[in-house]
Amino acid sequence: MRFWVPADAAAKACGADAVAAAIAAEAARRGIPVEIIRNGTRGMVWLEPLVEIEAPEGRLGFGPMTVADVPSLFAAPAKHPKALGPTEEIPFFKRQTRLTFARCGRTDPLSLSDYEAGGGLAGLRVALAKKPEEIVDDVVTSGLRGRGGAGFPTGIKWRTVQLARAPKKYIVCNADEGDSGSFADRMLMEGDPFCLIEGMAIAALATGATQGFVYIRSEYPDAIAVMRRAVEIATAAGVIGDAMLGSGHAFHIEIREGAGAYVCGEETSLLNSLEGKRGVVRAKPPLPALQGFMAAPTVVNNVLSLAAVPWIMAEGPEAYSAIGIGRSRGTIPLQIAGNVKFGGLFETGFGITLGEIVNDIAGGTASGRPVKAVQVGGPLGAYHPVSDFELAFCYECFAEQKGLVGHAGLVVHDDSADMMALARFAMEFCAVESCGKCTPCRIGAVRGVETLDRIAAGDGAALALLDDLCELMKTGSLCALGGFTPYPVQSALRHFPEEFTPVREAAE
Amino acid sequence: MTDTARLSEIVASHAEREGALLPILHDVQAEFGFIPEAALDPIATALRLSRAEVAGVIGFYHDFRRQPAGRHVLKLCRAEACQAMGGVALQALLEHALGQKIGETKDGITFEAVYCLGLCACAPAAQVDGRLVGRLDAAAVDALAEEMRA
Repeated sequence: MRFWVPADAAAKACGADAVAAAIAAEAARRGIPVEIIRNGTRGMVWLEPLVEIEAPEGRLGFGPMTVADVPSLFAAPAKHPKALGPTEEIPFFKRQTRLTFARCGRTDPLSLSDYEAGGGLAGLRVALAKKPEEIVDDVVTSGLRGRGGAGFPTGIKWRTVQLARAPKKYIVCNADEGDSGSFADRMLMEGDPFCLIEGMAIAALATGATQGFVYIRSEYPDAIAVMRRAVEIATAAGVIGDAMLGSGHAFHIEIREGAGAYVCGEETSLLNSLEGKRGVVRAKPPLPALQGFMAAPTVVNNVLSLAAVPWIMAEGPEAYSAIGIGRSRGTIPLQIAGNVKFGGLFETGFGITLGEIVNDIAGGTASGRPVKAVQVGGPLGAYHPVSDFELAFCYECFAEQKGLVGHAGLVVHDDSADMMALARFAMEFCAVESCGKCTPCRIGAVRGVETLDRIAAGDGAALALLDDLCELMKTGSLCALGGFTPYPVQSALRHFPEEFTPVREAAE
Repeated sequence: MTDTARLSEIVASHAEREGALLPILHDVQAEFGFIPEAALDPIATALRLSRAEVAGVIGFYHDFRRQPAGRHVLKLCRAEACQAMGGVALQALLEHALGQKIGETKDGITFEAVYCLGLCACAPAAQVDGRLVGRLDAAAVDALAEEMRA
């Protein structure tokens, strides 16, 4: 029998290792030969650990599995209480448009032959047959924009690096995924690491870079381990290294570990960290594309931006840009988290509404209570009330509503959420994580916490002060940390003003 | 091997790297459990930095310790997704069960905050001596506290 038990960090955090061990032990007890493959996750995290058995009709899913559920898996799988039927027929999975995550959860993450059998390396082969400027043109045509949050056109960034004249250029992958509610980078690196490597290799061909770095946050030990191994395997197999797939192009990748600083997700701060310095934000210009790592031209792209490229090269940029709405083309891997019934990763074309995501796909709250607010785009994203549920998922649509798509993480809160406490947390987090370079962020966040405490204590006059402070942080901060922290604060104020008004208990 | 020799070995192993300081600090901390005071000068000399620059980098990042941690380290996620699933109440329960506030090291137990482990769809989450745990609830608190006291 062949079993699949995810080794993804979320699956492991829910007991996948113990379940895998129980399957091996039960098989030994019954004298049945088994093969247990540790795949990535399918992204249906509420079903983790999601065990699959290979059957003639496809892979059958069982979940969420516990050790106690294992023995009956061998007796009568079809009648198992945790039986889910064919995994790919589960509506949450079936409704997706999985381009970037096509292989994630299906394959053995560290099997290069699995990767190729699943369509891997086709994009790199296409790119090797093209001129650098043609690759850049394709990425521009695809409409791909930075999936880290800023939404800057990826192809334009590549073109800047390509046109720069320098003895050495770099590809830096930003895998410092610190936003609460986001886990797509982690999931891809743990579940399909070669996809990221291939994306970086294509970026290297397009720009003439010879060295790449993946900067992964230290909170992701599993992703770091998988990526290190994948780079070793890809280098040994000649996919990257001194001659990419036997071509004349050299490209090496090194995995670097962050050290617990949220601000290092900001590209210039990340570059300083990579250079061995304090992760302090740099003023722009100069753009990293011209003077990035060690002052050399550098592409800094998020994991998801780079991982989208192999598909774009293999299937053509038009196929990618055919999906989506407005200036938001292609697919976006939504990460649905917090208080939801069905939490996980859902890759779909841009244009789906917030209400569809929360009510339809996520099934509402896990607690069964009404939804109060959804924070979209991480700790710097706005809180959206239910009245925003018609909002379509696209960069411009969210910007118009004074929000942001960010890294497409959604955190759902039920009606027990304390919006003033969440606003205070936003300021507190900014104070903890500020790099200290600019005053609006370093001092403003501390004053923000104090001002919210004054409001909580009944000082209504502090409300105007808070608003003023938020405007100053927005316009005066050097980067998105100080500049966007006002988004959750002001959206909470705007949509839930009653929670910021001191209530006098008159009848006491 | 003496500590000094081991330190030189670590520093030398990263000599060819561009921007070697963070990899060196990670390895030093993995070896000694923290960044010993005596490590600063040799690292600074090898990288042609001042001692103050090395200290400044260590001080900037939450991960690096100038003192050893407790024999157990419990990191509880305080970020929004975990809050949405009862993380604030869970923190209070853990503080009560451990008899220490988050951010404190006491009786060999380091209890600290972490901001997101990427386990947002199986929140609340924590890291227990490096092991990730999700779907924490009140029932899990006693077992966690017991494990920390062992």
